Amino acid sequence: MNISEKILAKASGKTLVHPGEIVDANVDMVMVHDLTGPLAVEAFKRIGVDHVWDNKKIVIILDHQVPAESVKAAELHKMLRKFAKEQNIRLYDVGKGGICHQVMPEKGHVLPGTLIVGADSHTCTYGALGAFATGIGSTEAAAVFTTGKIWLKVPEAIRINVKGHFQKYVTPKDLILSIIGLVRADGATYKGVEFAGPTIREMSMAGRMTLCNMTVEMGAKNGIIEPDEVTRKFLEGRTDKPLVSFESLKSDADASYVKTMELDVTGLEPKVACPSSVDNVKLASELSNAPIEQAFIGSCTNGRIEDLRLAAQILKGKRVKDGVRAIVIPASQEVYAQALREGLIEIFTDAGALVCGSACGPCLGGHIGLLASGETCVSTSNRNFIGRMGSTEANVFLASPATVAASAVTGRITDPRKLEATKT
Amino acid sequence: MKAKGNAVKFGDNVDTDVILPGKFLVLIDPKDLAKHAMAGLDPDFPEKAKTGIVVVGGKNFGCGSSREQAPLALKYAGVQCVVAESFARIFFRNAINIGLPVIECKGISAAVENGDELSVDFEAGEIRNLSKSQTFHVTKLPTFILEILSDGGLVENLRRRLSKK
Repeated sequence: MNISEKILAKASGKTLVHPGEIVDANVDMVMVHDLTGPLAVEAFKRIGVDHVWDNKKIVIILDHQVPAESVKAAELHKMLRKFAKEQNIRLYDVGKGGICHQVMPEKGHVLPGTLIVGADSHTCTYGALGAFATGIGSTEAAAVFTTGKIWLKVPEAIRINVKGHFQKYVTPKDLILSIIGLVRADGATYKGVEFAGPTIREMSMAGRMTLCNMTVEMGAKNGIIEPDEVTRKFLEGRTDKPLVSFESLKSDADASYVKTMELDVTGLEPKVACPSSVDNVKLASELSNAPIEQAFIGSCTNGRIEDLRLAAQILKGKRVKDGVRAIVIPASQEVYAQALREGLIEIFTDAGALVCGSACGPCLGGHIGLLASGETCVSTSNRNFIGRMGSTEANVFLASPATVAASAVTGRITDPRKLEATKT
Repeated sequence: MKAKGNAVKFGDNVDTDVILPGKFLVLIDPKDLAKHAMAGLDPDFPEKAKTGIVVVGGKNFGCGSSREQAPLALKYAGVQCVVAESFARIFFRNAINIGLPVIECKGISAAVENGDELSVDFEAGEIRNLSKSQTFHVTKLPTFILEILSDGGLVENLRRRLSKK
């Protein structure tokens, strides 16, 4: 079996599972946020049981419309706080957490070998720690609140072996955009995606999270990476729970995959996903005639400390071009505090970028930094669909923190290696 | 279980951001969501859907965000069923869980024109284009999924199952 099959077998009390088999699995952790939680709470109330199945296995995180941008959002937040109090559920409120997919691993809610479901499509991020994690809807989350179980079809898996070293200013984001360009937006639908190989072993947890985060953009059910010393180190001080043997989570040598891809990042160049689909991928250097009005660095894809360091390295001592708004949003309060300690926030503000409190921000066009018709944004987030960040007539380009920072300086989509080369 | 209505067609990769843009996610009443169904692609959609329609989609229908408000908006706008070449998995589950029938049918996009009258029989795994006298046979949904749909959604299904215990 591969790692995903091993986790699903264990979660459903079986010794062996096969792709296509439907299992009734026990959930280790379920997460909802402020836009999916209210419907889940309403559905839970309609189901009509008094108590959730296990209050220690449910987490609620306010991150989308925070701080409340309208009375409607404030009412939803109030409702979630009340539910969390009634059921004694952990809720990360404004200022105490950040973006759900950063907070879950950061606060030790994601452990290798566990089955996690979340009412958000980017729940697949947690596969970076060797968990089987997938997105569900609100009603299904309510059913998990009630029974602790979920039916899942064991997915066929695609294995992506990656070797080689990244060039300077080329990042895991460029790798995942490149993969989505190859696999296409529906190329992994219903399937699992497992990343392996020496490049992945050397990659930071932040980079692994960026890769797994965007597997849903090719339709995948989960993205996953075998846990190792990087995982162990990341979890140090974040959980007091015992970890399973990582040996038991290795994909067997004879594990089956529906497809295996071999990639080498040595010659990889900065990539950009162009409007209005994530698989419309081009080289940043090909797009240097595209002027921008907004640059966004943040989100569950690229708002981690490593991403902010990279952006700051480029923005240090420079100014965001007149006519461009640069918005930086750390993925969590922990990331924000770390960025403060490292002097990154000062670099951003000195450059003329606006640093906002940790939240999803402009990524989903709900709150903060929306786009007007005809405007263009280059963003480190994960989706560039029509209307995603505001007007249906705005354009969104997706890129790495290095490319977005370089573009903020020049006012055009810019290969960060070229900005470096023109330094005087 | 059956569904019937005139076809309203869409292309490939219709994402949940165009089915229901993020700015409307603070709305909680499904009737309010319905007013913005397909706002990213066709502002007149709620008017077209009123009479009870069948949405015909291409590949990867409902991709992107897990927002259940997307299928809810379609259902309450008047969509009786969504037939597509393929679905994104979270949308597929969400639609069933809120009681909006969905079924995969390869070749449906090319064979159906806007306005064609479609009839879907879920138990039989059969889609008929009454305007063109054409019948498609598709893989039937598993029994437990048909039960969730005939109960009207997962909440009702769970209520029934829990009351039996």
